[in-house]
Amino acid sequence: MVDSFSQFRSPLRHAKGMGSAKEGTHHWLAQRITALALLPLTSWLVFSLATLSLEGHLEFVTWLGHPISGTLMILFLSVAFHHGQLGIQVVIEDYISNIKIRRSLLIVTKFMSYLLATLGVVSVLRIIFESL
Amino acid sequence: MKIPHRPLSPHLQVYNLPLTALLSISHRITGVSLTLGVTLLTLWVFSAALGEEEYNLFSLVLNFWLGKLVLFGFSVALFYHLCNGIRHLFWDIGMNFDLRKTMLADFAVLFSSIILTTLVWLVALMDLI
Repeated sequence: MVDSFSQFRSPLRHAKGMGSAKEGTHHWLAQRITALALLPLTSWLVFSLATLSLEGHLEFVTWLGHPISGTLMILFLSVAFHHGQLGIQVVIEDYISNIKIRRSLLIVTKFMSYLLATLGVVSVLRIIFESL
Repeated sequence: MKIPHRPLSPHLQVYNLPLTALLSISHRITGVSLTLGVTLLTLWVFSAALGEEEYNLFSLVLNFWLGKLVLFGFSVALFYHLCNGIRHLFWDIGMNFDLRKTMLADFAVLFSSIILTTLVWLVALMDLI
C-alpha cells in the first residue's frame, strides 16, 4: 500500500515541512520561544514585586511609570498572554471533542487574551505618560 | 455512533499515576491557573491607570487574607510551571529523556520550586533586600 502511493510523493513535502497537521511547527515553536522570553521577564517581575514596596498608588505608578519597568511590563503582559493563549488552545483541543464547542471556546480564548493584553498595555502606557 | 458504556483504559479513578504523570498534568493545571494570575495582574495595572481610589480599592481586595492566600497559590503555581517548563525545554532539545534522569528531574523540579517559593516569600514578607 505504502509503496504504491510513494510514486505520487514529491520532494515538496520536505521543502514545505508542514507535516500531517498542515500547520508545520509554528504553534509548537511559538510556545517554546515565548517560554524562553518569559524566563527573564518573569524573573524580573517576581523580583520587583517581592522587593519593592508597592503599597501606595504613588509608589506603584512611580515604579511602572519608569520607561524600563514600563517596557518590561508591556513585554511581560504581551508575551504572557500569547503564551497562555497558546497553552489553553492545546488544552481545549485535547479535552473538548465536540467540534462546535471546541471552536467557540478557541475563539473566546483568543478574544479574551487579546482584550486583556491590550488593556494591560494601554494601562501601562497611560501610567507612563501621566508620570511625565 | 453509539458509544458503549464500559470503562476506558487506563481507569483514571483507580489508576495510581506515576510521579512523572502527576507532574505532567500539574504543568497543565498550573499553566491554566496562571493565565488567571496574569489576568489579575492586568486588572491591578488597570486599576492603577484609573487612579488612586480605584488602586486602593483593588489593593484592599488583593490584601484581604483570602487574597494573600490566592497570591501564595499563584506563586507556587508560577515557580512550579517555571521549573517544570525549563525541564520541558531540555526535553525539547532532546536532553534527559531516559527514565533515571527524568525521575531525578522530577525531584529537582519539586525541590527547586519549593525553595524558590520560600525564598521569594521570605524576601517579600521580611524586607530582606
